[in-house]
Amino acid sequence: MTLVIFAVLLWVLGFGLNVMLANGPARDTGAVRLAVPLIFGLTILGMWELIVRGMQVSTVILPPPSLIAASFAENLSTLWGDFVQTILKGALSGYIFGCGAAFLTALLVDRSDYLRRGLLPLGNFMAALPIVGTAPILVMWFGFGWQSKAAVVVLMVYFPMLVNTVAGLSETTAMQRDLMRTYAATWGQTLWTLRLPAALPFVFNGLKICSTLALIGAIVAEFFGSPTLGLGFRISTSIGQLDLGMVWSAILVSALSGTAFYGLVALAERRMTFWHASHRGGR
Amino acid sequence: MAEASDPGTRASAGGWPRWLRLPPVLGMVLALMAIWYVAVVPMNVKEVLTAAERAGVEVSPPSAVDRRDMGNWALVFRNTHALGNSWSSDRPKLPAPHQVLVELYDSTIDEELNGRRGIVRSGTLSNRSLVYHALVTLNATFLGFLIGALLGAGLAVGIVHSRVMDMSVMPWAIVSQTIPIVALAPMIIVVLYSIGVQGLIPKAVISAYLSFFPVVVGMVKGLRSPDAMQMDLMRTYSASTASVLTKLRLPSSIPYLFASLKIAIAASLVGAIVGELPVQKGGLGARMLAGSYYGQTAQIWAALLVAATLAALLVYAIAALERRTLRRMGMMP
Repeated sequence: MTLVIFAVLLWVLGFGLNVMLANGPARDTGAVRLAVPLIFGLTILGMWELIVRGMQVSTVILPPPSLIAASFAENLSTLWGDFVQTILKGALSGYIFGCGAAFLTALLVDRSDYLRRGLLPLGNFMAALPIVGTAPILVMWFGFGWQSKAAVVVLMVYFPMLVNTVAGLSETTAMQRDLMRTYAATWGQTLWTLRLPAALPFVFNGLKICSTLALIGAIVAEFFGSPTLGLGFRISTSIGQLDLGMVWSAILVSALSGTAFYGLVALAERRMTFWHASHRGGR
Repeated sequence: MAEASDPGTRASAGGWPRWLRLPPVLGMVLALMAIWYVAVVPMNVKEVLTAAERAGVEVSPPSAVDRRDMGNWALVFRNTHALGNSWSSDRPKLPAPHQVLVELYDSTIDEELNGRRGIVRSGTLSNRSLVYHALVTLNATFLGFLIGALLGAGLAVGIVHSRVMDMSVMPWAIVSQTIPIVALAPMIIVVLYSIGVQGLIPKAVISAYLSFFPVVVGMVKGLRSPDAMQMDLMRTYSASTASVLTKLRLPSSIPYLFASLKIAIAASLVGAIVGELPVQKGGLGARMLAGSYYGQTAQIWAALLVAATLAALLVYAIAALERRTLRRMGMMP
C-alpha cells in the first residue's frame, strides 16, 4: 500500500513540477518544451512501476517497466532479428515499392483527365477501407516469408499515397502554369521545375501517413502466418507462453521503429520543403 | 492511422456536375473487374490443370511436378484448351468476382431465408451468416467509436484550456500516432481474456484506442481555430471561459471534428476486425481467419467485401451527418 501512496506522491510531484514549468517565466524556451513531456512520461512510468508492485498485479496482466526493460536487454539479439525480418524486409521493401508505384501511377493519372476523375474517387474510397483484411489472402498467395508482408504493405500504402500525390500535382495555380507556357516549357520541364516542388508537401504528407500504415500491415500480416521470426510472430507466440515481458519488448521495438521511421520522413520533409509556410517558423 | 487533415484540403473531383462524375468512376471499376477476371486464369492455372488432367483432358506438360516449377503464364499459353473451369473451380486461389458474389449471397440472404439456423426458421440470426458476423463487428465498432470520440473530445477540451496538459500530453498524442497500435490488439484481447473480461469489451477497447487519437488531434486543431479577432470580440463581451467554449470554440471546431470522426470510424472498424483475430467468437475478423485456415478464399473475399461495404457506409453516414449539421449551422451552402 505504501508503494501506491508513493505513486500518488510521485504524480503530485511530477505534475506540480510541470505546472510550475509550464506557467513559469521560462515557459517558451526549448528546454522547457522538451522537459515537460519528458517529466510527464517519466512520471507515468514511475507510477506504473509503483502501482504494479504495490497492488501486486500479476505480471501476466501488466508487467512493470523494469521487467520489460530487463527482458528487452536480455533478448536484444532475438529482437534485432525480428526487427530485420519485419521492419527492414517486410515493411520497408513494401513501403518503397508501394509508394514508388503510387507515385508513378499518379504521374500517369495526372496526364489524363479521364483517369484522374475515375481513379481519384476510387482511391479516396479505397484509402478508407480495411485493407488489412487482405492479409490472409496475400499470405496464402505469397507464402509465409517476408514477401507476403511486403505485398500487404504495398496494398496498404498504395491508395493513400496515390490520392495525396495526385492532389499535390494539381496544386499549382493557373497563373504559374501560364508562366511556364510563356517560357515554352515542355511537360517534363514544367513537372520538374514547377509541379513536383509544389506537390512535395502533399507527397510528404502521404509518405508520413504511409510510414505508420506500413508497420501495421507488416505486423498484422504476421498474425496470419510467418517464419519463426518477426515482431508479429514474437507478439503472438509470447502471448501464448504468457511471457508478457517479451510481448512488451516487441511492442517497444515496433513503437520505437515506428517513431524513428516517421521521424526520418519528417526530417527529409523539413530538408526538402523548407520553403513551405508550415516550416518557416513563426506560426 | 491517417492523420487528421484539415477540412477542405481533401482532393475532390471539384467543379464537375454530378452526372458527369460517374462515368469515369464506372469505367475504372469495370476495368478493375476485367483485370480481376483475367488474373483469375494464371492464379488458378495449376489447380485447374490438375483437375482437368483427372477428368481425362490432355495437359502439357503431363507431370504435376514439372508444372509446379513452371511459370503460371507459360502454363496458360500451353493449355488454352483446358482452362474452361478457371472461373468455376471449387477451391480457387483467387475466386472470380461472380464466385465471391455467389458466396456473399449464400452466406447472407440464402443462409438467413433458407438455412436451418437462419432467421426465418429459428427466429435468430444464423451464426454462419455474414449478417450475424457483421453485426458482432459493428457492435464493437460503435461502442469503441463512441468511447474513443467522447474521451478524445474531452481530452482536447482539457488540452486547449490547460497549458500543462497541452505541453505534457500533446507531444505524446502526436508520437502515439506514429506507433503501429494495431499490433497491441491481440495482447489486449488475451490479457483481458485472462482476467475474465471477454466478448464485446476488449474489442471495443481496441477500437476506442484507435479512434481516440485522431479525434484528439483534430479537435485540438478545431478548438484553436477561432482567430484572434473572434477571441477579442468574446473578451470585449467579458465572456467566461465556459461561454467562450460553448459559443465560439465548440461551434468552430465542428468541421474539424467531423473530418477526424470520419478517420476515427474507419480506424475503429479496423480495430474491431483485428481484435477478432485472436479469439474466435464471431465477427468478420474471425470469419476471415477461419477462411484462411480452411482455404476457403471465397469466404475471405466475401467477408472482406462486407467489411469494405460497412466501412464505406459508416464513412458515408458520418459525411451525411456532417453535411446536415454544417448546413444547419450555416457553414455550408
